[in-house]
Amino acid sequence: MRPRELGYMLKGTDHPIMALTGIALIGLALAVLPFVLASAGTTWVRITNLALLFMLLSLGLNIVVGFAGLLDLGYIAFYAVGAYVYALLASPQFDIHLPFWVILPLGALVACVFGVLLGAPTLKLRGDYLAIVTLGFGEIIRIFLNNLSQPVNITNGPQGISRIDPFQLGDFSFGESETLLGLSFSGPIKYYYLLLAILLLVIAINIRLQHSRIGRAWEAIREDEVAARAMGINTTNMKLLAFAMGASVGGIAGGIFSAMQGFISPESFVLVESIMVLSMVVLGGMGNIWGVIVGALLLSFVPELLRYTIDPLQKSVFGRSIIEPEVVRMLLFGLALVLMMLYRPAGLWPSAVRRRELTQPIREQ
Amino acid sequence: MSAPLLEATQIGKRFGGVQALAEVDFSIARGEIYGLIGPNGAGKTTLFNVLTGIYAADAGGFRFVATPLSGLKQHEIAARGIARTFQNIRLFANLTAIENVMIGRHVRTRCGVMGAVLRTQAQRTEEAAIETRALELLDYVGIRERANDLARHLAYGDQRRLEIARALATEPQLLALDEPAAGMNPTETLELRNLLERIRADGITLMLIEHDMRLVMELCDRVLVLDFGRRIAEGVPREVQRDPGVVEAYLGKPA
Repeated sequence: MRPRELGYMLKGTDHPIMALTGIALIGLALAVLPFVLASAGTTWVRITNLALLFMLLSLGLNIVVGFAGLLDLGYIAFYAVGAYVYALLASPQFDIHLPFWVILPLGALVACVFGVLLGAPTLKLRGDYLAIVTLGFGEIIRIFLNNLSQPVNITNGPQGISRIDPFQLGDFSFGESETLLGLSFSGPIKYYYLLLAILLLVIAINIRLQHSRIGRAWEAIREDEVAARAMGINTTNMKLLAFAMGASVGGIAGGIFSAMQGFISPESFVLVESIMVLSMVVLGGMGNIWGVIVGALLLSFVPELLRYTIDPLQKSVFGRSIIEPEVVRMLLFGLALVLMMLYRPAGLWPSAVRRRELTQPIREQ
Repeated sequence: MSAPLLEATQIGKRFGGVQALAEVDFSIARGEIYGLIGPNGAGKTTLFNVLTGIYAADAGGFRFVATPLSGLKQHEIAARGIARTFQNIRLFANLTAIENVMIGRHVRTRCGVMGAVLRTQAQRTEEAAIETRALELLDYVGIRERANDLARHLAYGDQRRLEIARALATEPQLLALDEPAAGMNPTETLELRNLLERIRADGITLMLIEHDMRLVMELCDRVLVLDFGRRIAEGVPREVQRDPGVVEAYLGKPA
């Protein structure tokens, strides 16, 4: 990473040395993390991997919602497209087994095309109207996947596609354990490092885009579309670009999901997932990359923690389980959103612009 | 006189049953300050919106630098060199003054996704140039010290100036100002007048809608008067002021 990016990240710190040390420590912690988690059980590594996937998704959606201000309720569709592209081209379904470095970019490309397909007819819509159309789009994709099993069986319908190939690079397979330098690298741990690398890449791309001519154009569109056009911004192209870029990130995340799980079905891509990703973006702080990551982290981990704590807690207090963990999860989730709207309307860690928009008084004219 | 910068012929625009503009003809010479006046609802802003591509004219059209521009999209017209400000200020309110002006540079810069992501040499040079130019323009309109203030925290007069700076950032040949002096006190209006004179002296043609008649009389070389979407007079301010049709449009028929 070049000094300039560090500059963006460290903006506002008076102690660059301390900040750099902090970054180094975080880096070290991230490198050691999977082994610590693995000692508590491989499940936790898997959970972390899913959290990383959701961070990827949130960052992708943040381009559309946070940067360009286009409310998208069907984002999970692009994740689905990426996942199915991978599953169809690397599984016994058609007995095609292409290497992941071919399919992953291809999945991103296909998702990107779908992004433009969704973007093009919705360009004139804003806010609620756009949200409804994107929501419909997400459902259309899912229903298609559900029904493309006849007359020609493509997606295998609701049964989904199984025995999907893990990532493989020569003899190095992400599906198997390996021992290196006395450390056991299990499949999930390998995926962890891969996901982390891709996440860092996507973060870097996001930061660079945000602080560029493109990022400013998106900001202008979000603030005032009419004025943006008067400034010579081709709002059509810029919105399509946001949809395409967001979709590509979703497509990549989908491909990894496919390979990591080894099995996918349309059930993984329901509306609630779209809403979950959107909640991560909103809760964390739309438009702020770090806020979005925090949002994804919280909404991925807290439910898992609850899953392991709610039931034992209820049993020890009441002697039996009164409320199902899933219900408690949704209750707390709702509560979190209400509290957020009341106390931190711009998100936990909002972008400077959003914070101004939602919390600072407007100068009297 | 050389070929006009802008030449409008028989522009017509209808909204449902309302004929907002009808058979409007006029032309603006290079280096002119051209006023557009008329009672409320005369179609002045509609004419601006047609010229800047927000609306497409139903009839007629206009040529700019001898090229027909009618029917082009807003961003295309901005690229050809017509910039505008808005009657009800439309700044990017939550962005800083300098960010507003930097956005104005969009149409004159090139960097795409690849440049931004790879942070190429060309991109970094361009970014630096955008920032320098934006600061120069803030300085030009006299609000450089406000560069890092939010647009919406600026004083009203400064917001008007910022909007002009942002429009100038697109390097226009014609700058169209929709009521630039609205809500200004006499001192601010005087400063605005000096600014507009300076912009003209720097080679940019100006077109303005204005209700402050003193400003119009002192500043404009020629004015066009619209009433109910029709041209009722055009000429040097002093003459137009005495035109019986204009007096009637503003004050009504003598009893």
